Amino acid sequence: MQRSFIARNPSVLIFLGILAVFTLGATILSEGFGIGLISTSMIKTLGKTLCLCLIAIAMDLVWGYCGILSLGHFAFFGLGGYMIGMWLMYARTENIILTSLAQAPIPPTDDEIRSAIGNQIFGVVGGSDFPLIWAFADSLTIQLVLVVLVPGLLALVFGWLAFRSRVTGVYLSILTQAMTLALSLYLFQNDSGLRGNNGLSGLQNIPGAKGVPQSIISIWFLWASAIALALGYILAAWMMSGKFGSVIRGIRDDEARVRFLGYSVETYKLVIFTVTAIIAAIAGALYYPQAGIINPAEIAPIASIYLAVWVAIGGRGRIYGAVIGAALVSLLSTWFTGGQAPSIPLGFYTIHWVDWWQVLLGVTFVLVTLFAPQGIGGAIDRLVRKGTQL
Amino acid sequence: MRTLLEVSGVSVSFDGFKAINNLSFQIAEGELRAVIGPNGAGKTTFMDIVTGKTRPNEGYVIWGERSVNLLKMSEAQIAQAGIGRKFQRPTVFEDQSVFDNLIMSLKNDRGPLGVLLYRRSARDNERVQELAEEIGLTDHLHRKAGELSHGQKQWLEIGMLLAQEPRLLLVDEPAAGMTLAEREHTTNLLKQAAKTRAVVVVEHDMDFVRRLDCKVTVLHEGSVLAEGSLDHVTQNQDVIDVYLGR
Ligand SMILES: Nc1ncnc2c1ncn2[C@@H]1O[C@H](COP(=O)(O)OP(=O)(O)OP(=O)(O)O)[C@@H](O)[C@H]1O
Ligand SMILES: [Mg+2]
Repeated sequence: MQRSFIARNPSVLIFLGILAVFTLGATILSEGFGIGLISTSMIKTLGKTLCLCLIAIAMDLVWGYCGILSLGHFAFFGLGGYMIGMWLMYARTENIILTSLAQAPIPPTDDEIRSAIGNQIFGVVGGSDFPLIWAFADSLTIQLVLVVLVPGLLALVFGWLAFRSRVTGVYLSILTQAMTLALSLYLFQNDSGLRGNNGLSGLQNIPGAKGVPQSIISIWFLWASAIALALGYILAAWMMSGKFGSVIRGIRDDEARVRFLGYSVETYKLVIFTVTAIIAAIAGALYYPQAGIINPAEIAPIASIYLAVWVAIGGRGRIYGAVIGAALVSLLSTWFTGGQAPSIPLGFYTIHWVDWWQVLLGVTFVLVTLFAPQGIGGAIDRLVRKGTQL
Repeated sequence: MRTLLEVSGVSVSFDGFKAINNLSFQIAEGELRAVIGPNGAGKTTFMDIVTGKTRPNEGYVIWGERSVNLLKMSEAQIAQAGIGRKFQRPTVFEDQSVFDNLIMSLKNDRGPLGVLLYRRSARDNERVQELAEEIGLTDHLHRKAGELSHGQKQWLEIGMLLAQEPRLLLVDEPAAGMTLAEREHTTNLLKQAAKTRAVVVVEHDMDFVRRLDCKVTVLHEGSVLAEGSLDHVTQNQDVIDVYLGR
């Protein structure tokens, strides 16, 4: 008899429990719904961290389980953010324009409204016409579909070209870096249609929720992020626990053997690459309304490299490892680079963490790779095994 | 007997070096065949060609009653068409249990969606048990394949091939590094397998080949040097010169 999914994956229940307690706890301590011990900006940081955990799960599936070291998944994350950002910016600007034009003696025509919105959004890059890619920006539904469709299609086309030519290993990693770099450079241009290096801003203001304070909106997004993370975790655990997971791990360990068993390795890689790109995009679409701003620097190649570092430190090939790595490292990074970490005076030199955090992270990464390739998740596994033996 | 696999006029060169040189031979349905030859004779390369890993510069590889051209197919398609392959060094998925290794190999839908929604049937469980018994790993089903001994890994790989239910089994040096008792078990496995399908075994060990008791093909420098019973080929002067007389 086949045991149930939960019985085969005890970590799922534990994780869901911890996530529920965390989210409830944060809500109770928040300014918006609770006693106000946690500031709204901290709630946003926590909500964003949950989104980063979700993209880390995607990275773990593609790298930890399937062995494809993609250094481009932040491109999909960013694209997801841009797609939702377009609607947020358009709809909010439309609201502002409509309010201000309402006082006008002669009611404005639709064309006038549209050109006023265009002026407002694209004025910074010296334009006022809507680029073609903004055609559906007034529709939340379509932009939500595009959150999935645009990164999904990019991943599908890129993956098809790369996997079909049997590009593997380091060459594939370089190719994915090239993809993010190209995308980021393209978006930096003023005529890319997405406001160049200004990016999209004011994303924290949710159209249609005008009177609602940020302290409340931040909780909405915290919960939305938690639910997305929970669903992502369950999906990942379900996919990896059965025969599909066996094939995926088989591809990581011995691609040729899988091929000679009759599985089309390229198709499987394409599936996992595209599915994880979509997960990353959804994470991004939830992240940027909490961040308030997205610009092309977010898609810089280094971001995707950090993602790999999180997963490596957390422990590849374990879904909870990816979550732990992303949460721990990104929160620490916020703390160290936010100036809160106390500087260490050495007399002749003072260590300012804002500068030295990168070094600490780099050294940690090297040490983990050399001495604990299983990461934090591996240590947990050993503890659990010891615990069950006692 | 009908021809199952026909290799005709195949040549492969690596950087100008001809590893396979105008090779032609045939395997009949349900036949057990041993392929011997000195190191570098092209035995493994021959398997690479048939399974789609290496593309030849010239020649044809024709398969089955519908005479399909294997050279136009991918590795996965060739495997699905019914050709199973065992590598020279044992290759099993070491990180996964013996059970999962076998489940993955069972002849079932190979598409991603079918695999994702796969539920193990009672029939599949039974089949895994049968296979495990055949390869002597019943007590090891839930161990990681990486923990098995060298010989057990070789058997697991043979078991995985049998699970695919191929019509042709290509086996590269199955007895290498095995003890005498293990070799005997391996011989029996292969002879048993050959009752229901064609099996081609590459092997250096003459005693092993003798025990297989089948037609033998001698490869040398990428082409067939001699073919026939073991006694017939071992008396061939060319074979003695290039292989046995070393
Ligand atoms: N990919 C390759 N690139 C270059 N040369 C190759 C390649 N594959 C095989 N060769 C060469 O082709 C020749 C035949 O190799 P092959 O592995 O088929 O021999 P073999 O009969 O299996 O030998 P052995 O008994 O040692 O396993 C050898 O000289 C080998 O060096
Ligand atoms: Mg060989």
